[in-house]
Amino acid sequence: MSDNHKLTDMSRWGLKKSPWAFHLSTGSCNNCDIELLDALTPRFDVERFGILLVGSPRHADILFVTGIVTVQALPRLIHVYNQIAKPCLVIALGTCACTGGIFDGSYHQIGPVDKIIPVDVYIPGCPPKPEAIISGVVKALAKI
Amino acid sequence: MLFSHGLMDIFYLVIFPGFIFTMTIGLLSTQIDRKISARLQWRVGPPWYQPFADVVKLLGKEIIIPEGSNKISFLLIPFVGFAAVILLSTMIWLANIYPDSSFVGDLIVIIYLLYLPSIALIIGGSASRNPFGALGASREMKLMLAYELPFLLATFTIVVKNGGIISLGGILNYQASNGAMITQGASCIIAFIVALFYIPAKLGEGPFDIAEAETELASGPLIEYSGVTLAIFKLTKSMLLFTVPIFILSLFAKNIWTPWTILWYLLILFFIILIKNTNPRLRIDQALKLLWFPLSGLSLAGIILAAVGL
Repeated sequence: MSDNHKLTDMSRWGLKKSPWAFHLSTGSCNNCDIELLDALTPRFDVERFGILLVGSPRHADILFVTGIVTVQALPRLIHVYNQIAKPCLVIALGTCACTGGIFDGSYHQIGPVDKIIPVDVYIPGCPPKPEAIISGVVKALAKI
Repeated sequence: MLFSHGLMDIFYLVIFPGFIFTMTIGLLSTQIDRKISARLQWRVGPPWYQPFADVVKLLGKEIIIPEGSNKISFLLIPFVGFAAVILLSTMIWLANIYPDSSFVGDLIVIIYLLYLPSIALIIGGSASRNPFGALGASREMKLMLAYELPFLLATFTIVVKNGGIISLGGILNYQASNGAMITQGASCIIAFIVALFYIPAKLGEGPFDIAEAETELASGPLIEYSGVTLAIFKLTKSMLLFTVPIFILSLFAKNIWTPWTILWYLLILFFIILIKNTNPRLRIDQALKLLWFPLSGLSLAGIILAAVGL
């Protein structure tokens, strides 16, 4: 959590109750992306906790990064991270984003994500279940 | 006159009909909107304080000014729209509480003030130096051209019907002596139906969320806004959700200074939410065609009916 020390109690409460999520795929196989979308369906109804998927990184409080960071995705990842209004949380979603997974050591891999930007919570799994994603978000919110 | 009470004016603007009152009711209406939408989709929906938490969170976040944007208009324009809504709400409520205090032509001032939040979106989107923002601003501009015509004609129906009174207080006095405008004949019922379609278009809700299209424009004119400026835009929209129906109610359904207003307001709100949840987004050309041809034609027919006395 960057800029944590600047937060007042009010904005800490606000961040916990209304985390808006932005989703960035840095070269994943799309499985984690689809599981993330599953977690946003009415069955799980994450709007109960104020979580919304937003279209612009400027509005986001949580950045979900999926996939190994490929050579091509690296500048985009840095760019999107810099575009997010701080304070924000970064969640590495899926085994590839956490460790590199089966692509670890490949010629096109720069990641895992925490080599490039600070990561708050790791959600392993190939892909992680929606329940695991929600549990990871809860752990991330506890860090605020 | 409307604003000539010295210190009371500050009270009117900041506390009762103005800022705090409109903001609280507006945010609660947003919450009703989100909760009912959730229930319609078989979800539970957010807790009651959700819009307040959103605003509190946004107030604590960083403001990013995009490189190459016009800084002054980018940062100032949200506050212009916000101030316009506060003034709008104060004028409408004061005209209802003290009908004799309103001045001739305040109906026209109110219609001009209604433009300002949309113009704020257009200028903000254009100043942000983002192609999506510019595209959203251009869509908002076209949408404005589309929805203002039928609404102006609908307001004009009322003016024709009541014999040329163009002050809101005068219209309310006329309704107090002659019964609510909507009961005065077919022309006013037509104008009311057109005005109901104006509300979602004005708010950018429901099938008219063309400018803020989340899926393809990533919230359009608001794309580069963050922190306080985004909070101000969200507040402006919530306050309009309260103010525009209240304006239409005071035009058509007698004085709003009665408890019945709560019921009528909730009915209009429910109508907006139902339209929003049952209709997919229109394309900009479809919105133009819908608002210019069937609805403007309907309002024109309303004016003709009003002129012959129906």
